[in-house]
Amino acid sequence: MSNQRPDGITPSQTVGPYFKYGLTPNGEYEWNDAFTNNLLTPDVSGERIRVEGHVYDGDGAVIPDCMLEVWQADSQGRFSDPQDQRALANSSFKGFGRCGTDKSGAYAFDTIKPGVVPDADGKPQAPHIVLAVFARGMLLHLYTRIYFDDEAGNAKDSVLALVPADRRATLIAKKAGSGNAYTFDVHLQGDNETVFFDV
Amino acid sequence: MTLLYPLQSLAAHPARLSPDYRSTVKRSPQKPLIPMRHTLSELTGPVYGHETVRAHDNDLTIQAKGEPLGERIIVHGHVLDEDGRGVPNTLVELWQANACGRYIHVVDQHPAPLDPNFTGAGRTQSDADGYYKFITIKPGAYPWGNHHNAWRPAHIHFSVFGHSFVSRLVTQMYFPGDPLFPFDPIFNSVTDAKARARMISSFDLDNTKPEWALCYRFDIVLRGRNATPMETK
Repeated sequence: MSNQRPDGITPSQTVGPYFKYGLTPNGEYEWNDAFTNNLLTPDVSGERIRVEGHVYDGDGAVIPDCMLEVWQADSQGRFSDPQDQRALANSSFKGFGRCGTDKSGAYAFDTIKPGVVPDADGKPQAPHIVLAVFARGMLLHLYTRIYFDDEAGNAKDSVLALVPADRRATLIAKKAGSGNAYTFDVHLQGDNETVFFDV
Repeated sequence: MTLLYPLQSLAAHPARLSPDYRSTVKRSPQKPLIPMRHTLSELTGPVYGHETVRAHDNDLTIQAKGEPLGERIIVHGHVLDEDGRGVPNTLVELWQANACGRYIHVVDQHPAPLDPNFTGAGRTQSDADGYYKFITIKPGAYPWGNHHNAWRPAHIHFSVFGHSFVSRLVTQMYFPGDPLFPFDPIFNSVTDAKARARMISSFDLDNTKPEWALCYRFDIVLRGRNATPMETK
């Protein structure tokens, strides 16, 4: 290995239209999935939920070749990563999932409602899932957050507070009916454009 | 070790709206992205062990009954952070077209043959020094519909995780001296020539295996540095 300091990071490029057989084969190609859209493990505790929705482009057309990745804490607000030095999670829950959209632009994740994680000042954040969006036509993926409409903590969340009030709803998944499903649509562009973060 | 992730590092990336690559026009946000301070949600990331990678997942030439057609190559290098330190035990995934420039994806209708012995998907984990290695077939160039007579330079798609969710990188590795570089809007979406050069592998004669395979080196540099905190007193 050269010990030279690199002159910068490797630039991002699009995942293109053909990632499915490598990243999200889901039984349709002869390659195993490293990750799926089911984050649940038999030993995980917490409220089981489904987060589902569609991804749209600037014309309001569904995006059938999108890949979504989620990252979240467990129900007690702990990440399955030793860099989270507060306490080790006590289950095999990893908190990471990946899903390709289908022909109708739909996706779904089965997971648990995450717990409370501190913000940069150590104050509690409302429960949220971090979402990364990848697709053909996206040279660099986008980051956003999924909050939940039945969480009182949203009102005091320091990240939501950065978002203009009239756009905040794009970050909040809505409980659909009496079940455990939340709806969260992603609009890459347009009147309902989802808020994305510069992180 | 906790790393910092300065936003300035992101200057190397392409603009999300790069109109020469037509699909970006309707798939890039028009409202400004909102800056925020990183929290644990951004500063942590998935950790995967060897259970995610099977033996030989990094050799794309032995996944089928027979050997794939084309030019066998070795692609290796280090996953590094911005200080040049190896990123250990991180997942590296790749996918690519076959030697004829055809993907097995059902949407790819380029009239070039599929190879029954080549899927084009692989994964590995970097070792304790950040080193990774794949054995594969040199992919072919292929046409696409972006503009008249548009061809993608030969490339291999890479997906890498790194230490945190904000170090996540999906990129494409190119081959040195490709005559299609000046005409490819995806490659040229990276406007800085030095940054573009970091997407091009280098021919590695020292690690080329005699009588067997040419070797290319591709180091992947992820966000993150261990800056010394400023003294405030």
